[in-house]
This record gives sequence, C-alpha cells and structure tokens, in this order.
Amino acid sequence: MITVTDLTKRYARHTAVDHVSFEVQKGTIVGFLGPNGAGKTTTMRMLTCFMPPTAGTATVAGFDVLEQPHEVKKHIGYLPETPPLYPEMSTSEYLEFVGKLKGLSGDELAKRIDFVLERCSVADVKDKLLGKLSKGYRQRVGLAQAIIHNPDVLILDEPTSGLDPKQINETRDLIKSLAGDHTIILSTHILPEVEQTCQSVLIINKGRLVAKDSVNNLQNRARGAEQLFVEIAGRGSDVDSTVIQQRLERIPGISHIVFKEKQQNRSVFEIESHKDSFVRGDLARAVVESGWDLNELRPAAVSLEEIFLQLTGEPAAAESSEAPVATGAA
Amino acid sequence: MRNVLVIFRKELHGYFTSPVAYLLLTMFAVVFGLFFWNALGAFVFYSMESQMRGQSFPMNLNEELIRPLLSNINVIGLFFIPMITMRLFAEEKRSGTIELLVTSPIHDLEIIAGKWLAALALYGMMLLVTLINLAFLFKYGQPDWKPVAIAYLGMILQAAGMLAVGMFISTLTKNQIIAGASTFGVCLVLWVIGWTGSYETATWTQVLSYLSVTTHMEPFSKGLLAISDTLYYLSLIFVGFFLTARSLESLRWRS
Repeated sequence: MITVTDLTKRYARHTAVDHVSFEVQKGTIVGFLGPNGAGKTTTMRMLTCFMPPTAGTATVAGFDVLEQPHEVKKHIGYLPETPPLYPEMSTSEYLEFVGKLKGLSGDELAKRIDFVLERCSVADVKDKLLGKLSKGYRQRVGLAQAIIHNPDVLILDEPTSGLDPKQINETRDLIKSLAGDHTIILSTHILPEVEQTCQSVLIINKGRLVAKDSVNNLQNRARGAEQLFVEIAGRGSDVDSTVIQQRLERIPGISHIVFKEKQQNRSVFEIESHKDSFVRGDLARAVVESGWDLNELRPAAVSLEEIFLQLTGEPAAAESSEAPVATGAA
Repeated sequence: MRNVLVIFRKELHGYFTSPVAYLLLTMFAVVFGLFFWNALGAFVFYSMESQMRGQSFPMNLNEELIRPLLSNINVIGLFFIPMITMRLFAEEKRSGTIELLVTSPIHDLEIIAGKWLAALALYGMMLLVTLINLAFLFKYGQPDWKPVAIAYLGMILQAAGMLAVGMFISTLTKNQIIAGASTFGVCLVLWVIGWTGSYETATWTQVLSYLSVTTHMEPFSKGLLAISDTLYYLSLIFVGFFLTARSLESLRWRS
C-alpha cells in the first residue's frame, strides 16, 4: 500500500531523513518509532505531499508523491501533530468543510459526517465550537477529519501526545479498530504504544531507519534469555538470602542470579535463564522442597524499550551508520 | 471552481464568526458617515452662499461632493486592508491548519483565490454600507450615477490589488500583528510615493508616482474608465497572486 525507496530530505545544514526505505502492507498498523527530532514528522510530511523529498521515491496507494500528488492526497487521511482545527467552527461545520475539501458532496457527505461522528465518538459535541473542546475531543475530531473521505491510508503523527491515560487508551482502541479498513502509519516516541497498537515497527534515529520488523520478532530478538522475577520467603522463620541463592544456583538452566533486596524474611531475586530452557517448574519445586514459600514468580517482560535503546543508543548508532551509506552509494 | 467556493465560504464564515467583520463594517460606516456629514455640511453651506450671491449655475453634486468624498474614503479604505488580510495565511500557519489545506486534494491557486475573494467580498460589503449615505443624495438631488459607479469600480479594483499584496505578506509570517503592520506600512508607502510626482518632474519621481496606488484612482474618481489604470490594478492583483503562490510553495520546501 505504501512503498518508500531511498527517501531523503536534506536541508541546508543537515539531513533530516536519510535514505529511508520500507513497505507497508494493506490493512496493517505500522508504528514509526524514534526519539524527538529523528525525522518521523518529516517522513510523514513527504508521504502526505506536504513537502517534496530531496531524493528517492514514495508511492502511496500506487501513486507517486512527486508525479501524482493530487491522487495521493485523495487516498491519504492525515492527522498532524496538532489537530488542524478551526476554533471558530463547530464540529459538524468543520467536518463538512474538510469533507468538501476532500471532494465529497451532497448525500454522501452527510452520510460520512454522521458515520465519522459515531465512529470517533464525537457525536455528542457536534454543535460545540472546536475552540471549546477538551484535548481528548480535539484529538478525536482530528481523527474524524482524517477518515472523513474513507482514505486507504491513514497517517497519524503522534496521535496520543498530550492526552491523559484514559484518553490515550480510548484513542489507541479507536486507532486499532480503524485498521483493516485503512492502512495506518502512526508515529510515536512512546514505546508501549507500539507494543499495544502496532503489528510492525519502524525504528528511526537521526534520519536513518535502524530497524524494521514485526513487534513479535523484535521482542524475540532482544530476548536472548528469559528473565524472571522471584520473591521467596522463609516459612515462619527467617532464611538467609545467601542460602537461598546457593540453592537456586544449583538449578540447571539458570545462568545468572541477582539478589535485589530483602525485607523481613522475604528475599527478592532477578534470575536470567538460558534461551529455550524453561526453568520455572524446576525453580518452583526447588523452593517448595527446601521448605520455603514462593511468593511471586513472574517473567520480567522484555520491553521494546530495551531494543529501542540498543538500536538508538550510541554504540548501536555507530554500527548501523555503515550500512545505509553503502546502499546509498550503490 | 468548486474548491474555490469551499475556501471562500470558510473564510467568510471566519470573518463573521469572529468580531473582525462586524468591527470593520462598523468602523468604516462610522468613518464614512463622518466624512459624508462634513462634506454635505460644507456643500450645503457653500451652495447657500453662492445662491445668496446670485450666481447663475448651481453647484454640482458629483464634482463638489461625491468626488472629493470618495477619493478621501478611498485612502481611508487603504488602511482597512491590513485588518482584512493579516489573518489570511498567518493564522493558518500559526495554528497548523495550513497542513490540512495543502495536504487536501486541491490546488494552491484554489486556496489563494478562495481567500482573496472572501477578503474582497468583505471589502465590497464595507463599500456597500457607504451606498446608504449616497442614497440620500440620489433621493434629494440628481447626481449622475455613472461617474459614481466608475469611482466604486476603481475603489474595488484598488482594494483587489492591495488585498492580493496583503495576502502575500500574510504568507510570510505566523504572526498576525507582523503581517498587519507590514501591510499597513506597504499601503502607507504606496499612497505617499504618489505625492512626489505632483511637484517634481524628474523621471524617477514620475516612476514613483506611477507606482502609487492612489494616483491611478484619479481617472476613476473623475468618472473615466482608463485602460492603463485598470491594467495597473490588474497587474497588482497578478503580482500579489504570483508572490503568494511562490511563497506557499517555498513554505513546503523550507518547513
């Protein structure tokens, strides 16, 4: 649905986007992840034909952004970082205006307005002035304007920034429910957002694409080993933490044990096991057989955060800086 | 054309849902009313005087009331231009709505034309209000309507040109005040440079005088439809449009 090849945007002094290439399949949600100033917004602006690329090509729904911007614009719904609202218009007036801008008219326009009012749950504020709406509503009206013409592709720039946790969840659910009908690219610098909403992820840093993969694959990649979080307590009596640690070290498959803290008679450990060896059963049995209580045993989830830091951190950035330059020269 | 209308309606809606339109219409009506009142008072006084002296031909409404009144009000109108144009693009840039406009499947020229037409419509409404005062002259006197119509055409043409220039200035900044003040400055300069030509005959003063927007009003206020002056205003509109389009395009390359 979206094909980007060697997309580059250069300004006078720096390169904002540097030979970025990726593809997005129809009906999927792709997270565009990167620290602030990494080039996310610039890439999105090139896809929406807001600005032309310096080099490289991008096609959206089969149309080239440079050659057929008019067609591309018809097939894209775009929500910029700040929703483009006119404070003096009411919600329905605004949606009518945007609908007409996108080429809708008559019955079709009326139908679409009703539809998006419901879809984005903004029907209850349809006669309110946009300037008076809360941040959450403004964001949803922004989404409503993006989907008013039923575009194939939705481009959302930081759709949850500045919202409170409840609004963030509502917005994420809304975005998830829009996938299928639309192909969605959303940018964010919040990692859990990608884990929760997206199927695949593009990580961009300093204008370069440093990773593109599905969320699952990326998590597996970082999870070289399983990490467990264990809390063990002595039954009735106090047990020395070192005694527990010595016992745990004898369990096969465990590679590393870190003693975290001890409170009263409870000791907390972080355990790392080798990949593919499931030590949880052995661990539980060992604890119980020793006459202790197993208060807590849970996997410490590997978050994208770690992958992200690995990929965008200084050493990782230095490593990956070679490859894109090579492809650029070729 | 449809898209031009969509933008036009939106802009006009913007003028009338904020106090801008009402404020401008009221202020212009009040100022025009005061000018009209003074001009009429003077006209009545002098025509009484000339009657008492027993002069044979009566004073001419067109020549001695309407013409000076309209050329005064034409200059006043010049200073309303910045208030109409300052928000056109500056506000869209500040609030980020410009992104919505330029990522929609419409052409830049349609955006520009829609906005300019809305500004012109507002100016037209301001002029329309002044016709109420003139209607009294037509009720109680017999002025010739043709020179009046041509004078109004001239005022519309001048406004059309200056609105296009103001629109261009509005694309240069996110700040309405800066856009307004710069447009005000440009209007002032384009008015004042016309004065030099009246006492100097050097070529450069004649050129300056030619560039002034108000000098080209003279034939119109005399009731003459001069091609060259019409062309001047049309080219001013063209330059304004051209610069606005360029500026809008460069916004995309730079931002």
